[in-house]
Amino acid sequence: MTAEEATPLDPQISRPRRTRLQGVFREVLKAPITAKFGILVILSYGFVAIFAPVLTPYGEREIVGPEFDVWGEQFILGTDGLGRDMLTRLLFGARNTVGIAFITTILAFVIGGLTGLFAAIYSGWFDQLASRVVDVLMAIPQLIFALMLLTIFGTSIPTLIIVIATLDATRIFRVTRAVSLNVVVLDYFEAARLRGERMFWLCIREILPNIMAPLMAEFGLRFCFVFLMIAALSFLGLGVQPPTADWGSMVRENAVLITYGDITPILPAIAIAVLTLGVNFLVDWFLHKSSGLKDGH
Amino acid sequence: MNRILLMVLQRFGLGLLTLFVVSIIIFVGVEFLPGDIAEALLGQGASPENVAALRHELGLDRPAHIRYIDWWAGVMQGDLGTSLANRRDIAELITFRLSNTLFLALTAAAVSVPLALIFGVLAALYRNSIYDRSVNVVTLGAVSAPEFLTAYVLILYFSVKLGWFPSLSNIDANTSFINKLHQVTLPAVTLMGVILAYMMRMVRASIINLLASAYIEMAHLKGMPKLRVIVKHALPNAWAPIANIIAISLAYLVVGVVVVEVVFIYPGLGQLMVDSVSNRDIPVVQACSMIFAGTYILLNLTADIVSICTNPRLLHPK
Repeated sequence: MTAEEATPLDPQISRPRRTRLQGVFREVLKAPITAKFGILVILSYGFVAIFAPVLTPYGEREIVGPEFDVWGEQFILGTDGLGRDMLTRLLFGARNTVGIAFITTILAFVIGGLTGLFAAIYSGWFDQLASRVVDVLMAIPQLIFALMLLTIFGTSIPTLIIVIATLDATRIFRVTRAVSLNVVVLDYFEAARLRGERMFWLCIREILPNIMAPLMAEFGLRFCFVFLMIAALSFLGLGVQPPTADWGSMVRENAVLITYGDITPILPAIAIAVLTLGVNFLVDWFLHKSSGLKDGH
Repeated sequence: MNRILLMVLQRFGLGLLTLFVVSIIIFVGVEFLPGDIAEALLGQGASPENVAALRHELGLDRPAHIRYIDWWAGVMQGDLGTSLANRRDIAELITFRLSNTLFLALTAAAVSVPLALIFGVLAALYRNSIYDRSVNVVTLGAVSAPEFLTAYVLILYFSVKLGWFPSLSNIDANTSFINKLHQVTLPAVTLMGVILAYMMRMVRASIINLLASAYIEMAHLKGMPKLRVIVKHALPNAWAPIANIIAISLAYLVVGVVVVEVVFIYPGLGQLMVDSVSNRDIPVVQACSMIFAGTYILLNLTADIVSICTNPRLLHPK
């Protein structure tokens, strides 16, 4: 995202001498400890996802030792049921699991956001049609719908991404449409329309900057939702398939160890929880900030 | 009163319509299946005659709309078809599991709804206090954890280390109520963790939203005690959002139950559905989806109706 789009996020920056980046930085310094924790978590997960191969001597799918080896010098977190290094798979999981969830969320935003914007601008038959379709899709529980669709189309990563993104786009459609409708009725938008601005311009330059704040918060929440959903599907054995290292399926693969009182199998689950918590903290702070003084009565 | 009745009927009709459309989606989904169910069942070495015979037996050689009507006629008579995997009657397969799932979900709901109301109101009452802030952090944590994490942590402590509860549910038709309750504790607590946190946050938010209104300010200025302001003035207007929240959380239970049942190998509908998805046992998936979607629609419908019936503006028209 460019710095320009970020403008409406920081209503408090008023002095023009400071650049926007400095302004954001100052805001972050003033943020509560929970939000700082969130930022730290997101940055470190990003770091691990990018540099996973450098951080570990073993390969993602490489069988390096005996099965279910205990924690030790050579294999810090032991090995899994096939003799692959746990820590390595955990690090690569950051890349696979988070990556897939991230792509899915972006795809969902492209689908849901665009249709939502169109529906708000052309409030005619398209709006009616799209809204009714979304109503029906939302009447079916997402996980159940996803299970059904995955039965029909089979389980592969592209199918998984498309299915979840389509299902999730329904929520984003509603949010985008609702917030855009507030903008569409304003005078300046009417003026832009009468000037004969094109559709693309109307969306990008007139509406988007004004709905960026709620959409950013929604992005965080949707990401958490998609992330947990994919983890749940993988845990059920219907999401990301082995031998790809994925946190949800790692829990499933190693679950036997729990009955021996070993906590290794829940480490991937903790990794999922920490990232979700970090994003939630950040969104919470962001919502609090963008809602301004409303809470301060 | 007439207007309310009309609105309730309208919603009811809309709910039925949605259910109808959903049934079409679920049914049509099967039509898109790559390959033929009969061929898939018999394997690659099957002769064309055998495949044709099985297609006839399963009714696959008739046009789709006739099969759809037949399917509905069957559903109305309690006949959900037969499972492809083991050729058993689906209705029979489902009844016992459905009762188990309902037992689990109702136990979780019965404990978490009152708790969420009490803690949510308290958090709204003492907002921005230490209590409120720690509640905020703890509930965010609970919402962020995937169900299987909560479930395995509970198993690790309460069944492996302490041995208080079984890690696997072993329930059959003869299990006594007390024994069932004992077995269902860990799965129910797992489910409660998530919906309790979610409901509390929403209850708090909807009450705080109301506290900004002028008539609440007025009540404060009259010198009314804080708790009384919330219970007498804020709550009646908050019932509609709260009913919505409860219904959404219960609807969430419908979904959450799937993962939890798999962790505890609890003999419920979710476990059956996941197994059937891996086996690509379409009729069973269809039946389970229909039940899950139906429950979900019913809960949302109830929330709608409750929020209409508790709306003070509709109850006391000018």
